[in-house]
Order: sequence, then structure tokens, then C-alpha cells
Amino acid sequence: MKSLGSIRRSFSPWADPNSVPFIAVKNVTKKFGDFVAVDDLSLNIYPREFFALLGASGCGKSTLLRMLAGFEQPTSGEIILDGQSLAGIPPYRRPVNMMFQSYALFPHMTVESNIAFGLKQDGMPKADIAKRVDQMLKLVKLDKFAKRKPHQLSGGQRQRVALARSLAKRPKVLLLDEPLGALDKKLREETQFELMDLQQELGLTFVVVTHDQEEAMTMADRIAVMAHGKVVQVATPPEIYEAPNSRFVADFIGDVNIFDGTVSSAGNGTVEIATQSGFTVRVASTEPLTAGAKAGFAVRPEKIRVGRDRPACAPLNAAEGEIWDIGYLGDMTVFHVKLKDGKVIKASSLNAVRAMEDPLGYDQEVWISFDENAGVVLKD
Amino acid sequence: MAKFGSALFNRLVIIIPYAWLLFFFLIPFFIVIRISLSETAVAMPPYLPVFDLASGIGGFIDNIKQFSIANYIWLTEDALYAKAYGSSVWIAAVSTFLTLLIAYPVAYGMAQAPNTIRPTLLMLVILPFWTSFLIRVYAWIAILKPEGLFNQLLLTLGVIDQPLIILNTNWAIYIGIVYSYLPFMVLPIYSSLEKMDHSLTEAAQDLGCTPIMAFWRVTFPLSMPGVVAGCMLVFIPAVGEFVIPDLLGGSETLMIGKTLWNEFNANRDWPVSAAVATILLLILVVPIMFFQHAQAKADSEGR
Repeated sequence: MKSLGSIRRSFSPWADPNSVPFIAVKNVTKKFGDFVAVDDLSLNIYPREFFALLGASGCGKSTLLRMLAGFEQPTSGEIILDGQSLAGIPPYRRPVNMMFQSYALFPHMTVESNIAFGLKQDGMPKADIAKRVDQMLKLVKLDKFAKRKPHQLSGGQRQRVALARSLAKRPKVLLLDEPLGALDKKLREETQFELMDLQQELGLTFVVVTHDQEEAMTMADRIAVMAHGKVVQVATPPEIYEAPNSRFVADFIGDVNIFDGTVSSAGNGTVEIATQSGFTVRVASTEPLTAGAKAGFAVRPEKIRVGRDRPACAPLNAAEGEIWDIGYLGDMTVFHVKLKDGKVIKASSLNAVRAMEDPLGYDQEVWISFDENAGVVLKD
Repeated sequence: MAKFGSALFNRLVIIIPYAWLLFFFLIPFFIVIRISLSETAVAMPPYLPVFDLASGIGGFIDNIKQFSIANYIWLTEDALYAKAYGSSVWIAAVSTFLTLLIAYPVAYGMAQAPNTIRPTLLMLVILPFWTSFLIRVYAWIAILKPEGLFNQLLLTLGVIDQPLIILNTNWAIYIGIVYSYLPFMVLPIYSSLEKMDHSLTEAAQDLGCTPIMAFWRVTFPLSMPGVVAGCMLVFIPAVGEFVIPDLLGGSETLMIGKTLWNEFNANRDWPVSAAVATILLLILVVPIMFFQHAQAKADSEGR
């Protein structure tokens, strides 16, 4: 198998205006009574893409997945798969398969018959079924468990059976609903990478629904952050993290410090914002803003330096404060710094050295500072 | 001390069901067997030998020696009994099947109903029990008789031009049993359907099953424990049913419950009726034991 890196780096069909989306969600709305679960949503997903729908519960991500599977019909709008409209096509005639959050393994059947279920339903010859089931069992490393019933398996093994069953029919698209939600942390992390490898190996399009941002960041080529039935931002994990397009995304993904203020000058690729915390931020940004407009500035904790000395850039991109809280996490330390105006910000620093001389302590007077390209401007 | 107390409590708790079975099933059962081995007599009680504490161990052994299986041999000699057993099992089987045909859709509908109305539906299933069983069976006479409600309805609708004879036929018995035992079939099936994960049928459809195929390949097999429990709850009492065939059935309807009643009350032959009851129990228990054995085997094979 080719190393993932080289494939991944060159894989960006969404950036190519000539590429044809494999799944096109066009202005889809889904209402349950008065409740709008999915609100005029449009999305393109490309062949072989690992696409994540990320959002809090009730944001409409599962409803969208169920519409792709055919368990729900859009109230309006259209979903196109591989050039064909899915309107009115029942789940059992769609070339997609789903891995359910509960796994939905048939408790009265062995692992083997669970995997063979869809193949039998399609009337595949017995010998071919046996061969395919064998192949799927090897793929998920469960060949020794073929004759077991689901209740005789561990959570991780059940997850693999569910995966094998949903892949057995070689669907064009695999839909995964919180695929790792029921696993413990360690197993989840291992399985994330296994899923990625599998997706590359099989060359399938994966659409995964998750509320776990770390999971989405690890696995997905692109993430759609959803809220209230709408897509807030669709981008690659680094873009989502480093260049969130809104307060919501900045706040939803990872830790962030947001400074509110007024634009004091803008142009030539930089924006200056006078923050309410009493210092001015200069950011590299091409946002079309005019002086006097309200704006926010978002910067991640790991991009903030904390030190005793007044940084060279002060008074730009620097502020005085005192250490309010220290959280030692082993690989890094998180500082909560209380600024002069009372705002508490988070800053984290990597513990690259084993025993630091004279570490920062509680109540110490410190300066925080960051670079011009450390954060992003958020328009209000 | 507390630990000892709770251990004692645990034992006592287990004793209760065993004691219940011992006093209200096992001991009466042995009394029935013991009577079935006696011979009928014009006496009080109407059989011999009668145990008497005063006669001591010697008398006890003498009495045991008088036991005979003559009554059981008698049952095989008169074709009446074999016929009665056969037709009881047949009527019970047909009624159980008909009950299943009606109860399954009812239970399925209940399980699919919104959560808010399920308690109401459950209540409606149980509601008939609030009226006396006898009154309800008598009501069926009024419905089924030639000039009854059912025939009048059909006549008015013009479906038939002369009344159907239903009362005093086997069909009336089927109707009576199905009606009376329906809740016993609905409830276990409902409980097995109700706890089923809805995503299982979705998974079946996702893998290519039409909704009907998904039902037969997933829902129905998974509801089998409920179906089996329901069938037993209907079949077993239906085999020995006396009231329904007596009130709704015809004079030619032969059911073992009726035969037993005749032997006991009309002929006052306690030993033969005890033998009839014992054989009835065997007819019911042996297949159930085979069935449970097969299930236990199937379960352990999966491991």
C-alpha cells in the first residue's frame, strides 16, 4: 500500500473547478412538523473523499446522513449521487451502505451471517458469498470469530463486524453514524487510523457523522461544521482550525481566545483592531474591513507566548497580566492569564525541556504576546 | 452479621417460589397420581385404598400393594379417550394458530404506535379481564346463535340470505378460545417487539431488504421468543379447556376437559379422571421438555 502522505497531499478535488462531485446535496431542507432539522443545505462531496459532518447533537447532521441513506426524504431540495437523483429511491435500492451508531448487528445471526446478509439478499451465488465474507473477515481481522454471535463479542469486535457488514456489498458510499462513539478512548484512536487506512485501500467515499472534533480532524479530508441545520464552514482540518470563518467555528473547534474590539485601520494586508482589553492587535488579514467597524480577533492558546519580559513587539500584539491558573498536562502546560481588564485568556506552552529552570508560578506578573499571523479576524 | 443476615434473606427469597411449587403443584400432583392408581369405590372418598395413620407401616405397605395401573389400561381400551385427547390437541392447535394470526399484527401495531398512546393500547388489551370470563363467553352465545347479532348483521348487509350455523360447532370453540386467550398471545409478542432496536430493520433495509423481507428475516425471527411464549400460554390451557367447549361447542364436540368433567362429576369415577388428568399433563409436558432441550442445545452451540 502506498503511504498515505503522498496521496493525501495531492488529494484536493474540491479545489479543482473541473472535478465533478460524487454526492451533490442541493438546497435540501428537512422539516419534522414545525422543526427544521436541515435548512436549505448544499454540499458537494467528491469521489474517494473522507468527509465529516461535525456538529453538536441536534444540528441536523444525522438527519442529513439518514437522507443520504434513504431513511428520510427531503422536504425540499435534491440529493444527487453519481449523477443520479436519489429522490424517491428507497434505502434498499441505493448503492450506499450505512454503519449504524448502535451497530445494529442482527443478534440472532452469527458474525458470518451478519456479513453475508446483504449479499444473500442480492442473490449472490453461495460460493461467491463465502469468498466475500472470508475476505471481509480478514479485512477487519475477525477470521477467528466467524461463528460467534454478536453478544459474544467485545465492543471493538462488534464495531468491526458492523464495518465489515456495511462494506460487504461494496457500496459506492459508506455512511458512518458516530462509528467510534461506543469505543473507549484508546481503542477509538487506534480505530480512527484503521478506518483511514481502510478507506484509502478500498478507494471508497466515506461520509462520517460525528460530534467529536478530534475524530473529525484526524480522519477527514474535509469537515463540514454544522449548526442549526446549516453548514457553517466546509474546509480541510487545518483550514477549519487555523482559519475559522466565524465565531461559532472558532469556538466549536478546539480552544480559542477571542478579543472583541474596533477596527482602527485596515489595508495592505494588515488589519489593526483596538481591543476592549486595552491593547492593539495587528493581524495579517485581507478581510475587507473599514476603520470603526466592530470585529473580533481569535487566537489559539498554543500561539500565545507567556513570559516575564516585555516583548519587543509591545504595545502591539502584547498585553500585561498575571498568572491566574496553571494546568500541567505533561506534554504541555496551560496557563490562564488574567489581563488588566479582568479578561482571562488561555495560553499553552509545550514542555519541550524536562526540568524547566525557574518555571512560571501563580500570581506572577507576565506578558502575553503573539505574532501577526497567529490569529484570524472574525467579522461580526 | 449484616452479611449473614442478607445471605439468609437470599435463601429465604429462593425458598418462596420453591415452596409454592411444592405445596401447590408437586404435592397435589402426587395426590392426583396416587388417586389415579386407586380403584373406584362407593365410599367417601370414592376410591380405595385409603391411607390411615392408625394402620401403621404394615397397613401402608399393604395399601401400596393394592395400587394398579388398571385405570391407565382402561384409557387405552376405550377409543373415546384417545379421540378426546386427539381432538383437544387439534382444537387447541388450530385455535393457537388463529390466535397467533390475529395477535401478531395487533402486537406489531402496538409496538409501532407512538410512545404516548402505548399505555392506552396496553390497557385496552387487558381491559376485557375486568369482566367475568363466564359472562364474556355467554355473550358470544348471543352473538353467534342463528338469530344472534352476527347473523343479523350479515343478513342486513345482504352477505347471506339465511343464518349461518356457528354456535355449537368447532368454529364457535375456535372463536371462543381465540377471543378469550388473545391477550395472552398479544402481551408476550408485544414485549418482544417493543424492546427491539428499530435500527435493526433499518439496517436490513440498508442491506437491500424491502420492508416485507426485513420483517421476515429480522423482526419475525427476533420476536420468536414472544411467539413461543404466547403459543404456550394459549395452547396449554386451551387443551384442557372446559368452559368454552361446554358453552359454545356442540354435543358431538369431544374435548378432554369435558370428558374429565363427566368422569369426575357424572360418573363420580375419581381414579379414571385422575388418570385422564395425568396423561393430559404428560401430553403437554413432554413436548415442552423436548423443545426446551433443543433450545438449550441451540443456545450452547452458538458459544
